[in-house]
Parts: sequence; C-alpha cells; structure tokens
Amino acid sequence: MIQPVLEVRGLVNRFGSQVVHDGLDMEVREDEVFGIVGGSGTGKSVLLRSVLGLQRPQAGTIRIEGHDITQLSGDALRAVKARYGVTFQQGALYSALNVLQNVQLPMVEYLPALSPSARDELALLKIRLVGLPADAARKYPAELSGGMVKRAALARALALDPRLLFLDEPTSGLDPISAAEFDGLMLYLQRQLRLTVVMITHDLDSIFRTCNRVGVIVDHRMETDTLQRIVDHPNPWIQAYFHGERASVRLGGAHGA
Amino acid sequence: MVVEVTKTPGGLAMQLTGEWRALSFAQIDAALEAVDLGGAHRIEITTERLAALDLTGAWRLRQFVLHARQMGAEVAFAGTPPDQLRLVEETLRPLEASAPPPQIAKGFREEVTELPDDAEATLNFIGRQTVTLWNDMIGALAFLGRLTATAARGVPHPRGLRPISVARHIYDTGITAIPIVALIAFLISVIVAYMSAQQLRSFGAEVFVVDLVTIGVLRELGVLLTAIIVAGRSGSAFAAEIGSMKLNEEVDALRATGVDPVEVLVLPRVLGLVISLPLLTVIADLIGLVGGAVLCAALLHMPLDQYFSRVSEAISPTTFWVGVIKAPVFAVLIAMAGTHRGMQVQGSSRELGRLTTVAVVQAIFLVILADALFAVLFLEIGV
Repeated sequence: MIQPVLEVRGLVNRFGSQVVHDGLDMEVREDEVFGIVGGSGTGKSVLLRSVLGLQRPQAGTIRIEGHDITQLSGDALRAVKARYGVTFQQGALYSALNVLQNVQLPMVEYLPALSPSARDELALLKIRLVGLPADAARKYPAELSGGMVKRAALARALALDPRLLFLDEPTSGLDPISAAEFDGLMLYLQRQLRLTVVMITHDLDSIFRTCNRVGVIVDHRMETDTLQRIVDHPNPWIQAYFHGERASVRLGGAHGA
Repeated sequence: MVVEVTKTPGGLAMQLTGEWRALSFAQIDAALEAVDLGGAHRIEITTERLAALDLTGAWRLRQFVLHARQMGAEVAFAGTPPDQLRLVEETLRPLEASAPPPQIAKGFREEVTELPDDAEATLNFIGRQTVTLWNDMIGALAFLGRLTATAARGVPHPRGLRPISVARHIYDTGITAIPIVALIAFLISVIVAYMSAQQLRSFGAEVFVVDLVTIGVLRELGVLLTAIIVAGRSGSAFAAEIGSMKLNEEVDALRATGVDPVEVLVLPRVLGLVISLPLLTVIADLIGLVGGAVLCAALLHMPLDQYFSRVSEAISPTTFWVGVIKAPVFAVLIAMAGTHRGMQVQGSSRELGRLTTVAVVQAIFLVILADALFAVLFLEIGV
C-alpha cells in the first residue's frame, strides 16, 4: 500500500479540562482533495495547527510524508515545513511587504541559491499561475480585494512547489462567483501540479465540487469516507449538515456523480 | 547527479534524472551551469528517468533551453516535453511577449528613496512638508474642537462622560504607573542633589542643596518627568489601542451603531489622564523630596528635621501649585496626541506602528514646548 501523504493517529488535544480531540485519526492520500468539516468549536483549527507543527498535541503521531512532526524540532521540523504550503483564513499576507515580496519570502528563507532576478521571475510565475495580473505584484495587501488576497496567499503557499497544500476556509468571505472561480483554480492547479490538498471548509458548494473524500469531526474524533458515502452516515450531526435545508438541493448531484 | 551528459556526433544528449524540485534548486542550478555547450548544434533532452519535476525545476530547465537556443543550438526533447514545462511556458510567454517587460517590482533588492537633487526638488520638498505640517495642525485643532464639543454635550448628563470607562483609564494610566514614576523621581532628585552638593561645597553653601532640590523638583522636574514617562507609556497605548480597533473595523461598528467614537474612546482617555497625571505628579514631588532627604542625610550628614525645616523655608506658597497646575495641560496634550494618531490609522499594521511612534514623539515634544511656554508665562506674572 502506498504511504499516505499525511497520517494522523490517536491525536489528543486538551486545554485544561476541555477535551478537543480524543484519539482522532486522519489519513490523506496522494493526489486527493480532502475536506475537513465540523461544527464551530469542534477543533478544526486546532487540528490544522497541530498538523502544521504550530502546536504540540498531548498524544498521538502526525506523519507528513513519513516524518513524525510531533517528534521533530529545530532544523528537522523546518525541513518538513518546507514540504507543505498553507493559506490561512484571512490570508495572513505580510502587510509590510508587497505581493511579490510575500511570494518571495519562503524562497529567500529556503533557496539561497536563487539569484534576485530568478526570484523575481519565479515569484511572477506563481503570481500569474494563480490568475493575478502582473501589476498586482507591486501592490500591498491593504490594496487588494478579498478574492485577490486569497489568490496571493495561494501563490505564496506554492512558492516552494510543495506537493501538500493546506487551505483554511479558502472560500470564506468570497461572493459565490469568486468562490466558484477559486474552486476552479484550485482544482486546475491540483491536477496540473499533482497536489494533495487538505481543505477546511464550510462551503457546501465547494465540498461537492472539489473534494474526493471528507473527514467530519464529531465527538472529538473524525469520521472519514468518500463524499458519496459520507452523506449517508448515520451520525445525527452529519445528517443535519448534509441534509439540512441548505444542502438538500445539491445531494442529487453528488449521488449521480 | 541530476543531469547525465554524453557527447553525440554534432551535439549533446542529456539525460535528466532524480528529483527536480525547488528544494534541490542549488544542485540543479550547478549541474546545468556546468554543462559545456561548446558549439553543440543539436541537444537532445530525455526526461523519461526523471522522478519528479516541479515548476521551479521546470523554470530552470526552460532557462537552460532558452540559453542553448540563443547560443545557436537546436534543442529537442525525446518524446513529448514534460507538462510542467508547458505550464511554465504558457504562464510566462504572455508576460515576455508584452515588451517592454512589465516593470518587475523590485523584490527584496533595496528600494532607494530618491533624495531631492536640485534646488527645485528641494523647494518642492520643503513646500510639501510645510503643507503637511499645516494640515496636521488644522487637523489637531479640529480634533480638539470635536473633543471639546463632545465633552460639553456630556457635562449636563454625567453618564455621558462614561464614568466607568474613565475609572478604567485612571487605573491604567495612573495607578499602574506609580512604581516607575516613583522610582524615576527618586533617582532624579538624588542625581540633582548629588551634583549640586559637589558644586556648592566649594562655596561652603551646601545647605542650599535643599533649596535646589525642592524648587527644582516641585516646579519643573517632578511634573516634566512624570509627563514624559506617561507620554511613553500611555500615549503609545492610546494610539495602539485605538489604531488596532480602527484596523479591526471596531470603530466603524461603533459609528454604524450610532455611537460617537470620540465620546466612548477618546473622551474617557483624555479625562482619565487629566485626573491621573496631576495625582502622579503629587506622588513624584513627594518621592523627589524624600530622595533629596536621603541624599542630604547620607552625604551632607544633615538631620531630617533640619532638612524639612529648610524645605519649608525654601518654598513659597505657589511653588507646589506652579508645578501641579501644568499637569492637566500636559495630560490633554499627551492624550490628544495618542488618540488623534490612533484614529488616523487605516490600512495596515505598518501604519499602526508608524502612527504610534509619531504619537509618542509628538506627545513628548508638545509637553516640553508647553513647559517652555509656562516658564515664560510664570516669569511674566512673577510667580
């Protein structure tokens, strides 16, 4: 069996007496788009922060391409962090840097061999790739629209050509048309660059259009299945989520696919 | 090795192997640099054995191909060129075709701010600065006006002055500042006493150390140093708090709710500081006199009762009040500089940092300027 790109086993996260995750398992396979769904306060962000190595869980293993990041620190952890790209919910672009400099920052950190002109051209390549006009390169984050911020964040996440991409609510705050465009862009890049994408989202349209498999956080654990089957899961929260008023319209499409 | 080169009749055959990924860019770059084109006419590139090729790798490969073509070689791929190369090609070609190349933003290379280099540019610069300064002053006056109007509206209804919020700011700017203000007042009066004792000793007039410390601390040093400390502590806090609320759209939310941000954010801070700064000044005065007493006892062997009787001879009825009366004025200046700059923040966190700095620098400048004006005023009216 092929090694999963990302494998979480027995994850436990607790804050004082409050249990967030209790033995959560998650497995993301190569070349798939994996959606993470869960109610507010179920620990989607905590899960993401644990997987990114931003916070240590109380127990459990997290393997990214085979490296257990809960056991790593210093340079070894840094090396793993170069293997994934991430976009945060609000974009988290560095406000003191323009878009080009934002995209270049990971290159400056990890690829000292790149000459400044090579960095400029590679960064511009990524900026064009996410569909931003070339003149956006000179703009500062405060001058960008919401959709452009998301795209610029994606360009920065792709700076080192990672194979694994984490997206935290990539379409939140976008109008439906921009959100659909972003989904399309993400799928295009996912196929072209053979990316493995892990996406936290609340956007049902987005889930039905892009995800191969979905993991739902319920009762401090994760229920994972293909999109077609997860909608029939007996758990009441999952039922309410996928069969609520806002979802029922789309289900026919998902079953037919 | 990531490239294997073999000579063929009329050219080169290149086998690409291994992982062509961004993180091994240095290796790829060095390998391609090392390829000796030496008049090759035909270069054939095989990518079959390539384990991985990402966009950074593909971009470097494209650079190599372009360079080889420029040198007059014919470049061909065995089989179809890799998809990644096509993607890079499609993305970059429209950019390069639109000659002249679009002004590529200067990345991390230094952006040099152009300095005015002739008389006209210098005049231009001075003019701009003057207009900015003038607009700043008008803005500050307008802000003072708004503040006064809001306060005047609030006075008939005491709850309009937000007493709870004012109390919080008295605590934040006053109570929590007591330790540092006391420490600095103590040290400064010790320094003044020590230095003047050294000078006055040569005249045998050491007893006048007490006069110097008492008048110096009560009239000037106590209130001035307290104001400068508070400008650094609370002026920056006001600017940063209100500024981050602006960035967070909290100020817009208040406006949209029909609440005047000047009334709930600015006025309580100004009132809080107007109350706490005079009180801090009294504490600084007191600790300053204690500091003088400690030094006089230790250095000049002056008994405490003699020190304090000397103090009461040195001060006139106005000495204490001349110092304390300045405190509310300083408080208004500090609070206005902080809150006004905070309200000007918009756009990015960079602005927040810049305006916080401006707030503190201006607050200290205004305090010292006002102190100078007070000195002249008191001289004229003879107190």
